Amino acid sequence: MQTEKEGHLEIRELTLELGGKRILEDVNIDFWPGHVHAVIGPNGAGKSTLANTIMGLSGYKEHQGDILLDGQSIKKDSIDQRAQKGITLGWQEPARYEGLPVSAFILAGAKEKTADAARDALDRVGLDPDRYMTRAVDRTLSGGERKRVELASILAMEPRIVLMDEPDSGIDVEALQRIFDAIQFLKGRGSTVILITHSLTVLENAEHAFLFCHGRLIDKGSVGRIANYFENQCTICDAQNGKEFRVMQPGKGEE
Amino acid sequence: MTDAQTIAGLYESLGIEEPDRETARIVVHGNRVVGAHLVPGLEVRTEEQIEGIAARIVVRAGAKIEKPVHLCFGMLPERGNQHIQMNVVAESGSEASILAHCTFPNAVEIKHTMEAEIVIEEGASYGYFERHIHGREGGVLVFPKAKVKVGENARFKTEFELIRGRVGEIDIDYETTVAARGVLEMVARISGSGNDQIRINEKARLHGEGARGVLTSYIAVRDRAHADIRNTLIAEAPYARGHVDCKEIVQGEATASAIPVVEVRHPKAHITHEASIGSVDRKQLETLMSRGLPEDDAVEAIIQGLLR
Repeated sequence: MQTEKEGHLEIRELTLELGGKRILEDVNIDFWPGHVHAVIGPNGAGKSTLANTIMGLSGYKEHQGDILLDGQSIKKDSIDQRAQKGITLGWQEPARYEGLPVSAFILAGAKEKTADAARDALDRVGLDPDRYMTRAVDRTLSGGERKRVELASILAMEPRIVLMDEPDSGIDVEALQRIFDAIQFLKGRGSTVILITHSLTVLENAEHAFLFCHGRLIDKGSVGRIANYFENQCTICDAQNGKEFRVMQPGKGEE
Repeated sequence: MTDAQTIAGLYESLGIEEPDRETARIVVHGNRVVGAHLVPGLEVRTEEQIEGIAARIVVRAGAKIEKPVHLCFGMLPERGNQHIQMNVVAESGSEASILAHCTFPNAVEIKHTMEAEIVIEEGASYGYFERHIHGREGGVLVFPKAKVKVGENARFKTEFELIRGRVGEIDIDYETTVAARGVLEMVARISGSGNDQIRINEKARLHGEGARGVLTSYIAVRDRAHADIRNTLIAEAPYARGHVDCKEIVQGEATASAIPVVEVRHPKAHITHEASIGSVDRKQLETLMSRGLPEDDAVEAIIQGLLR
């Protein structure tokens, strides 16, 4: 499993095509270790694709460019190899598992494989361990509950880098606050957190922001500046649906 | 081998402790009852036959048997036949559940058959949980056959589990009728490997007004095993409600088929069904892998969850 904390993730000249369509275009990003980053942009910007590519999911491995973790390429690594190096992914809509108990799901990747570790993780995301440990991660859990159970499994794993795809998707306000608390907890333990979002509320929990549009990184910087641009000047452009590709310029609009 | 040693051997193969003295139990080895202990409200008569036993189990009207009654059927030798003829009556208003273990830990060539007639009278509740433990060679033929009548306001729940050891060949054949406001729940969890053959044929008729029934099968097959699942649910009375659910995970060269048959014979009845057959769900797999589990371990975790 993972060794030292560090967790410096570098994306180098990453280009990815899916079904003959370019989804990511020459992306270069440094995710500094121990910080909370946000990748923000409208739907279809390539944010989730970026997360899936970093995690090495099936269908996202044939790309140009490289992904480096603490200076070492992970391009050829399988999903579990990347996870064993400390990278993990929180899915926009977590999977359901018929019959698999919450405790088993949490402990599957936990650093410390004890019932206490699973209970602590559940407690931290605001789920009563006495009520949830033996329940199955199936359809009897609401979307919000599954999201929190998944987050508990991530906390128990103690990863170096956490990709969280739309962490606010399908959950209520109280659960969202628990997720924000967990993000800060992860940061406090030295994890690098990468939030994939189009929500300004989620963005506010980050320290740095990367603005994506149509597969390209078009700006990066402080959360305040990127949020201001995304909220006030980022409009639907003609590049949607395969039309002419135009790059938005923060502060200038499209060119 | 003494009866006590035989009992100890059977329980050891099951990996469980012998039940305490407040728990009713019947232990059958081959065609002999080697141990029995009953509690008030429960009557059992057994008759040894050439290749097995005949048993009549009666739960007296209004009796509530608190702890599950332990039944243990098994054979320690490698070869042999065991036929169980079972007649069960849960009289009106009674409550009981049976925890049946069938163990054939050393089987090379064993045939285990059961023919059961089960009557659950008005307002009674009867559960039958059958857990099989087989050896690694798969030399067991298991043919359980049952006819069940669930009376008015009665409940019948049965679970069949075979997830330890090789299946060999299994052919489950259950037929049930459910009277007004009766409730039926049938669950099968089976894991097959090697060249195991699994056949399930469950048929239930929701015969009375407001009768409810759920037929569920969770099957995992790998290597060259084959599963053939046919669950039939017929609703023929107003407000009868039912659901048929079959989930099968197929790995390696294994094959599976599932035929949920649903039939509605009354305009105010309603039945739903769901069936899925395939390899392990990609998202489930990749989620566990993204926590660091190698692919094989992730597949195993998903299958064990399905069969739990």
